[in-house]
Amino acid sequence: MNFASQAAHVNPWSAAAMIACVVLCSTAGEVLTAAAMKSLGDLDEIRARAGLKGAIRAVLTCPLFFAGVSFLALAFFSLLFALNHLNLSLVAPASASLTLVTNAIAGKIFLKENVDRRRWTAAVLVCIGVYLLAH
Amino acid sequence: MILGLVAICAPLGDSCLSRGMTALPAISLSHPVTLIAAVFTPWIALGIALLIAFFASYLTALSWADLTFVLPATAFGNVIVALLARFWLHDSISLERWAGIVLITLGVSFVAQGPSLTERPTSRESPEPAIEIEQEQVR
Repeated sequence: MNFASQAAHVNPWSAAAMIACVVLCSTAGEVLTAAAMKSLGDLDEIRARAGLKGAIRAVLTCPLFFAGVSFLALAFFSLLFALNHLNLSLVAPASASLTLVTNAIAGKIFLKENVDRRRWTAAVLVCIGVYLLAH
Repeated sequence: MILGLVAICAPLGDSCLSRGMTALPAISLSHPVTLIAAVFTPWIALGIALLIAFFASYLTALSWADLTFVLPATAFGNVIVALLARFWLHDSISLERWAGIVLITLGVSFVAQGPSLTERPTSRESPEPAIEIEQEQVR
Protein backbone atom coordinates (compact mmCIF):
# COMPACT_ATOMS: atom_id res chain seq x y z
CA MET A 1 0.00 0.00 0.00
CA ASN A 2 1.48 3.38 -0.95
CA PHE A 3 1.21 6.55 1.16
CA ALA A 4 -1.52 8.18 -0.92
CA SER A 5 -3.84 5.19 -0.74
CA GLN A 6 -3.05 4.80 2.98
CA ALA A 7 -4.12 8.42 3.58
CA ALA A 8 -7.22 7.97 1.46
CA HIS A 9 -8.42 5.04 3.60
CA VAL A 10 -8.48 6.97 6.88
CA ASN A 11 -11.96 7.39 8.35
CA PRO A 12 -13.01 11.10 8.04
CA TRP A 13 -13.86 11.19 11.77
CA SER A 14 -10.38 9.88 12.63
CA ALA A 15 -8.82 12.50 10.34
CA ALA A 16 -10.89 15.24 12.02
CA ALA A 17 -9.88 13.93 15.46
CA MET A 18 -6.17 13.97 14.53
CA ILE A 19 -6.36 17.54 13.19
CA ALA A 20 -8.42 18.62 16.23
CA CYS A 21 -5.75 17.17 18.52
CA VAL A 22 -3.01 19.18 16.75
CA VAL A 23 -5.13 22.37 16.87
CA LEU A 24 -6.14 21.99 20.55
CA CYS A 25 -2.62 21.18 21.78
CA SER A 26 -1.19 24.05 19.74
CA THR A 27 -3.81 26.49 21.07
CA ALA A 28 -3.23 25.39 24.67
CA GLY A 29 0.52 25.82 24.19
CA GLU A 30 0.19 29.30 22.64
CA VAL A 31 -2.23 30.50 25.32
CA LEU A 32 -0.12 29.17 28.22
CA THR A 33 3.06 30.67 26.72
CA ALA A 34 1.30 34.03 26.22
CA ALA A 35 -0.02 33.91 29.81
CA ALA A 36 3.51 33.16 31.06
CA MET A 37 4.98 36.10 29.17
CA LYS A 38 2.22 38.45 30.39
CA SER A 39 2.85 37.35 33.99
CA LEU A 40 6.54 38.24 33.63
CA GLY A 41 5.99 41.68 32.09
CA ASP A 42 7.92 43.42 29.32
CA LEU A 43 11.03 41.31 28.58
CA ASP A 44 12.84 44.36 27.13
CA GLU A 45 12.49 46.12 30.49
CA ILE A 46 13.67 43.03 32.40
CA ARG A 47 16.69 42.80 30.07
CA ALA A 48 17.47 46.49 30.60
CA ARG A 49 17.23 46.03 34.38
CA ALA A 50 18.79 42.58 34.93
CA GLY A 51 20.67 41.91 31.67
CA LEU A 52 20.18 39.09 29.16
CA LYS A 53 20.93 36.42 31.78
CA GLY A 54 18.29 37.92 34.07
CA ALA A 55 15.70 37.85 31.27
CA ILE A 56 16.52 34.22 30.41
CA ARG A 57 16.37 33.29 34.12
CA ALA A 58 12.98 35.00 34.47
CA VAL A 59 11.57 32.98 31.54
CA LEU A 60 13.12 29.66 32.61
CA THR A 61 11.85 29.94 36.19
CA CYS A 62 8.23 30.49 35.12
CA PRO A 63 6.17 27.26 35.50
CA LEU A 64 3.51 28.46 33.02
CA PHE A 65 6.20 28.75 30.35
CA PHE A 66 7.11 25.07 30.76
CA ALA A 67 3.43 24.09 30.65
CA GLY A 68 3.11 26.04 27.39
CA VAL A 69 6.25 24.51 25.86
CA SER A 70 5.04 21.02 26.88
CA PHE A 71 1.76 21.54 25.02
CA LEU A 72 3.64 22.93 22.00
CA ALA A 73 5.82 19.79 22.03
CA LEU A 74 2.65 17.67 22.28
CA ALA A 75 1.23 19.58 19.29
CA PHE A 76 4.42 18.85 17.33
CA PHE A 77 4.22 15.11 18.04
CA SER A 78 0.46 15.11 17.26
CA LEU A 79 1.34 16.74 13.94
CA LEU A 80 3.93 14.03 13.22
CA PHE A 81 1.34 11.36 14.09
CA ALA A 82 -1.25 13.01 11.82
CA LEU A 83 1.28 13.27 8.99
CA ASN A 84 1.92 9.56 9.37
CA HIS A 85 -1.74 8.86 8.51
CA LEU A 86 -2.88 11.84 6.43
CA ASN A 87 -1.61 13.87 3.49
CA LEU A 88 0.53 16.94 4.18
CA SER A 89 -1.71 18.97 1.82
CA LEU A 90 -4.63 18.39 4.21
CA VAL A 91 -2.95 18.52 7.64
CA ALA A 92 -0.68 21.57 7.18
CA PRO A 93 -3.26 24.09 5.88
CA ALA A 94 -6.11 22.80 8.07
CA SER A 95 -4.13 22.89 11.32
CA ALA A 96 -2.37 26.21 10.55
CA SER A 97 -5.55 28.05 9.62
CA LEU A 98 -7.83 26.57 12.31
CA THR A 99 -5.24 27.36 15.01
CA LEU A 100 -5.60 31.08 14.20
CA VAL A 101 -9.33 31.01 14.87
CA THR A 102 -9.13 28.83 18.02
CA ASN A 103 -6.39 31.14 19.35
CA ALA A 104 -8.67 34.15 18.86
CA ILE A 105 -11.45 32.37 20.81
CA ALA A 106 -9.06 31.15 23.54
CA GLY A 107 -7.42 34.59 23.76
CA LYS A 108 -10.81 36.17 24.41
CA ILE A 109 -11.95 33.56 26.94
CA PHE A 110 -8.79 32.71 28.88
CA LEU A 111 -6.52 35.74 28.42
CA LYS A 112 -9.44 38.24 28.51
CA GLU A 113 -8.02 39.98 25.43
CA ASN A 114 -10.10 42.59 23.67
CA VAL A 115 -10.84 40.69 20.43
CA ASP A 116 -12.77 43.40 18.60
CA ARG A 117 -14.27 43.29 15.11
CA ARG A 118 -10.93 44.31 13.57
CA ARG A 119 -9.11 41.36 15.16
CA TRP A 120 -11.85 38.88 14.23
CA THR A 121 -11.71 40.10 10.63
CA ALA A 122 -7.91 39.79 10.62
CA ALA A 123 -8.04 36.26 12.11
CA VAL A 124 -10.59 35.08 9.53
CA LEU A 125 -8.79 36.73 6.58
CA VAL A 126 -5.41 35.28 7.63
CA CYS A 127 -7.05 31.89 8.29
CA ILE A 128 -8.45 31.71 4.73
CA GLY A 129 -5.21 33.15 3.33
CA VAL A 130 -3.02 30.57 5.08
CA TYR A 131 -5.34 27.79 3.86
CA LEU A 132 -5.13 29.00 0.26
CA LEU A 133 -1.36 29.48 0.47
CA ALA A 134 -0.58 26.12 2.06
CA HIS A 135 -3.15 24.04 0.16
CA MET B 1 11.08 45.40 14.59
CA ILE B 2 10.47 42.40 16.91
CA LEU B 3 7.38 41.31 14.92
CA GLY B 4 9.42 41.63 11.71
CA LEU B 5 12.10 39.36 13.23
CA VAL B 6 9.42 36.79 14.19
CA ALA B 7 7.95 36.87 10.66
CA ILE B 8 11.34 36.62 8.91
CA CYS B 9 13.33 34.26 11.18
CA ALA B 10 10.79 31.38 11.22
CA PRO B 11 10.45 30.91 7.42
CA LEU B 12 14.15 31.57 6.81
CA GLY B 13 15.07 29.06 9.54
CA ASP B 14 12.75 26.43 8.07
CA SER B 15 14.17 27.07 4.58
CA CYS B 16 17.76 26.68 5.86
CA LEU B 17 16.86 23.40 7.61
CA SER B 18 15.14 22.16 4.45
CA ARG B 19 18.11 23.12 2.26
CA GLY B 20 20.59 21.56 4.71
CA MET B 21 18.68 18.30 5.11
CA THR B 22 18.06 17.79 1.37
CA ALA B 23 21.78 18.33 0.68
CA LEU B 24 22.64 15.45 3.03
CA PRO B 25 22.47 11.78 2.01
CA ALA B 26 19.36 9.92 3.25
CA ILE B 27 19.49 9.30 7.01
CA SER B 28 18.06 6.00 8.25
CA LEU B 29 16.69 5.31 11.70
CA SER B 30 19.29 2.58 12.14
CA HIS B 31 22.03 5.27 12.19
CA PRO B 32 20.58 8.05 14.39
CA VAL B 33 24.07 9.39 15.21
CA THR B 34 24.24 10.88 11.70
CA LEU B 35 21.40 13.23 12.76
CA ILE B 36 23.67 14.68 15.47
CA ALA B 37 26.42 15.19 12.92
CA ALA B 38 23.88 16.96 10.67
CA VAL B 39 23.37 19.63 13.37
CA PHE B 40 26.93 20.88 12.78
CA THR B 41 26.61 21.38 9.02
CA PRO B 42 26.50 25.11 8.07
CA TRP B 43 22.93 25.34 6.68
CA ILE B 44 21.38 23.37 9.55
CA ALA B 45 23.36 25.29 12.20
CA LEU B 46 22.19 28.55 10.60
CA GLY B 47 18.60 27.23 10.52
CA ILE B 48 18.73 26.34 14.23
CA ALA B 49 20.22 29.76 15.09
CA LEU B 50 17.41 31.49 13.14
CA LEU B 51 14.73 29.39 14.87
CA ILE B 52 16.22 30.24 18.30
CA ALA B 53 16.12 33.93 17.27
CA PHE B 54 12.49 33.42 16.19
CA PHE B 55 11.48 31.91 19.54
CA ALA B 56 13.26 34.64 21.54
CA SER B 57 11.59 37.38 19.45
CA TYR B 58 8.21 35.62 19.71
CA LEU B 59 8.44 35.45 23.52
CA THR B 60 9.51 39.12 23.68
CA ALA B 61 6.54 40.10 21.47
CA LEU B 62 4.14 38.14 23.69
CA SER B 63 5.46 39.96 26.77
CA TRP B 64 4.14 43.33 25.50
CA ALA B 65 1.44 42.46 22.95
CA ASP B 66 -1.73 40.35 22.87
CA LEU B 67 -1.62 36.82 21.42
CA THR B 68 -4.51 37.79 19.11
CA PHE B 69 -2.35 40.65 17.78
CA VAL B 70 0.97 38.75 17.46
CA LEU B 71 -0.33 35.66 15.62
CA PRO B 72 -2.09 37.36 12.67
CA ALA B 73 0.69 39.99 12.42
CA THR B 74 3.43 37.37 12.20
CA ALA B 75 1.48 35.28 9.66
CA PHE B 76 3.06 37.64 7.12
CA GLY B 77 5.99 35.19 7.22
CA ASN B 78 3.93 32.87 4.98
CA VAL B 79 3.79 35.63 2.38
CA ILE B 80 7.56 36.15 2.64
CA VAL B 81 8.16 32.43 2.02
CA ALA B 82 5.86 32.45 -1.04
CA LEU B 83 7.55 35.56 -2.46
CA LEU B 84 11.03 34.13 -1.77
CA ALA B 85 10.01 30.94 -3.58
CA ARG B 86 8.70 32.99 -6.51
CA PHE B 87 11.55 35.46 -6.99
CA TRP B 88 14.55 33.58 -5.53
CA LEU B 89 13.80 29.95 -6.38
CA HIS B 90 11.69 30.86 -9.46
CA ASP B 91 8.75 28.64 -8.35
CA SER B 92 5.42 29.33 -9.98
CA ILE B 93 2.59 30.67 -7.80
CA SER B 94 -0.97 29.68 -8.70
CA LEU B 95 -3.90 32.11 -8.70
CA GLU B 96 -5.17 30.50 -5.45
CA ARG B 97 -1.86 31.25 -3.72
CA TRP B 98 -1.83 34.86 -4.94
CA ALA B 99 -5.34 35.16 -3.45
CA GLY B 100 -3.95 33.75 -0.17
CA ILE B 101 -1.11 36.31 -0.22
CA VAL B 102 -3.59 39.17 -0.75
CA LEU B 103 -5.88 37.95 2.08
CA ILE B 104 -3.00 37.56 4.57
CA THR B 105 -1.67 41.01 3.68
CA LEU B 106 -5.16 42.48 4.17
CA GLY B 107 -5.54 40.67 7.52
CA VAL B 108 -2.15 41.90 8.76
CA SER B 109 -2.96 45.48 7.73
CA PHE B 110 -6.30 45.22 9.60
CA VAL B 111 -4.73 44.03 12.85
CA ALA B 112 -1.75 46.42 12.61
CA GLN B 113 -4.08 49.45 12.65
CA GLY B 114 -5.45 48.58 16.10
CA PRO B 115 -3.84 48.62 19.57
CA SER B 116 -1.33 45.85 20.29
CA LEU B 117 -2.28 45.37 23.94
CA THR B 118 -5.62 45.17 25.74
CA GLU B 119 -5.99 48.05 28.21
CA ARG B 120 -6.52 46.71 31.73
CA PRO B 121 -7.73 48.81 34.66
CA THR B 122 -4.98 49.46 37.22
CA SER B 123 -5.57 49.65 40.99
CA ARG B 124 -5.26 53.49 40.82
CA GLU B 125 -8.04 53.71 38.27
CA SER B 126 -10.46 51.57 40.28
CA PRO B 127 -10.41 52.75 43.87
CA GLU B 128 -13.69 51.07 44.85
CA PRO B 129 -12.37 47.52 45.29
CA ALA B 130 -9.50 48.92 47.42
CA ILE B 131 -12.04 50.59 49.73
CA GLU B 132 -13.94 47.32 49.99
CA ILE B 133 -10.74 45.53 51.02
CA GLU B 134 -10.09 48.18 53.71
CA GLN B 135 -13.62 47.68 55.06
CA GLU B 136 -13.05 43.93 55.16
CA GLN B 137 -9.91 44.47 57.20
CA VAL B 138 -11.75 46.73 59.67
CA ARG B 139 -14.37 44.02 60.24
